[in-house]
Amino acid sequence: MNLNDFLQPLALPAWIVSLPLSAAGLSVALPKIGKPAAIFTAVATSMLVVMLGGEVLLHGAIQMQVGGWPAPLGISLHADGLSAAMLAIACLIAGVVTFYAASYFSTEGAPRTFWPLWLFLWAALNALFLSGDIFNLYVTLELLGLSAVSLVALSRSAEALPAAMRYLLVSLTGSLSYLMGVALLYAANGTLDLNTLAAAGPGMPSISTAFALMAAGLVMKSALFPMHFWLPPAHANAPAPVSAALSALVVKGSIYILMRLWLTLFEPLINPGAADLIGLMAAIAILWGSIQALLAQRLKMLVAYSTVAQIGYIFLVFPLSSMPTAGQTAWQGGLYFVLSHACAKAAVFLAAGNVIYSVGHDRISELKGIVRRLPVSMFAFALAGVSLIGLPPSGGFVAKWLYLNAALKAGYWWWAVLIMSGGLLATAYVFRFFSRAFSYSADTVEGRPVPWIMEWAAFVLASCAVILGLTAPVVIELFTAGQPF
Amino acid sequence: MNSSLLYTLVGVVLLGMGLYRLVIDPHLVKKILALNISGAGVFLFLVAVANRTPGAVPDPVPHAMVLTGIVVAVSATAVALGLACRIQETKGTTELSENEPE
Repeated sequence: MNLNDFLQPLALPAWIVSLPLSAAGLSVALPKIGKPAAIFTAVATSMLVVMLGGEVLLHGAIQMQVGGWPAPLGISLHADGLSAAMLAIACLIAGVVTFYAASYFSTEGAPRTFWPLWLFLWAALNALFLSGDIFNLYVTLELLGLSAVSLVALSRSAEALPAAMRYLLVSLTGSLSYLMGVALLYAANGTLDLNTLAAAGPGMPSISTAFALMAAGLVMKSALFPMHFWLPPAHANAPAPVSAALSALVVKGSIYILMRLWLTLFEPLINPGAADLIGLMAAIAILWGSIQALLAQRLKMLVAYSTVAQIGYIFLVFPLSSMPTAGQTAWQGGLYFVLSHACAKAAVFLAAGNVIYSVGHDRISELKGIVRRLPVSMFAFALAGVSLIGLPPSGGFVAKWLYLNAALKAGYWWWAVLIMSGGLLATAYVFRFFSRAFSYSADTVEGRPVPWIMEWAAFVLASCAVILGLTAPVVIELFTAGQPF
Repeated sequence: MNSSLLYTLVGVVLLGMGLYRLVIDPHLVKKILALNISGAGVFLFLVAVANRTPGAVPDPVPHAMVLTGIVVAVSATAVALGLACRIQETKGTTELSENEPE
């Protein structure tokens, strides 16, 4: 093996996984280099992901056998447009949050385990988006869950610890259910490789049981109603950079796996009842999450319940895409939701983190006139709010527009009504906070100054959510590269 | 009844028993044990899958999956027990209360 083998485009997926993984390992051994290692990873991974994206756009999907071992025993990595888009969004958000965290922890220093866990989380996400086999997906799912739970527990508060525990129990149960599905698929087909399984086709026995187990496990991990109960306390009580990554990226990991399995394996076999059941749960999630966000007393709770509602929106992709003639548009809409929610929610959590950093609490009723203390953060909150509500020209608008098109094309107008009313509720909970934050108050809220990196990190991500609305054609071309759907 | 079928059934029963205790038992350590029992059920099922053609050499892939699964289960249990200890230190209880205040 010569140097060229390491540098050719085919090796890119391996680099994207191994770079954060080795940085994580290094920072366990040498805690002092955690922060520089993370910043190096942020820069280097961005370059690698851009190269991978270009390669996929120009030449189609990349298939790689790690170490040259072929599929049944070796590990296969697979990168198509869908993986590239997920990697890009993960890289953007994790990169910005890395800089935010470096500043957030600069006064008292990061907890010793923060940087290694953060890098393990990143490595797990990258491996998850590139994995081409159902058992490796299980392993990455577990690595992702364990590092996410440990990050939630970092703040060690009396609220965070039970939240982390509940998150861990749900996450492990979900993984077990998924693993049982993997075992059934292997028993029936003797292979774990996604492409080979897809080729085995609809004749597979016990596939509906496998689907039910895997979908149930992934729904638990993605916090779709009624399995959402663990998410708000876990996301709201974690340290600010962790909350942003959890809501923006970690829940998307399990949603991505369900999308991937649905597209390659289950789509032709699903009976409409299963898709409608998911649709019903998604509809209740949108309404319930929005109403709880409207009632929340704390800003981070409001944002976390908004995630519950937005996850409902993302899950609408399954019933919408199973309608005749709407498939393609619905998938584009679902993926657009994943990307724009990731940017917007990370921005909102960072802005909320800035409020806590400055004022020391996030009780909404006591945040009157906070805009005068944190103008940039509040502007970021407003921009991201535009995308969460789905107003033009944001990414959230494009996503809802594609969904509405899909629903109307198939002639199912009630989904359109649901999508619109979810937008109204989002307007209500976003403005409920704004009316206080932007109101005039004679005495400004007391608080300490927030470092400029933290304010601008929230702003950069919020602008990305808006920019996504202006660059729709390019992004959609990336999705469809390598024909994932 | 051949041995492979017996292992499959025992695996499924263990999985069910574990999940049941996980849901109903409020004590954290018992919840963690229940999860481990469910995990053992899935592993047993995989061992039976490895031996699905009687008399032939067992399939090594499910064995590799079980080994990986055990590593994952050990680390997950370690994280869970660590968290349980931390909860007991800070809150003085080993149970999750039903309604956490917001």
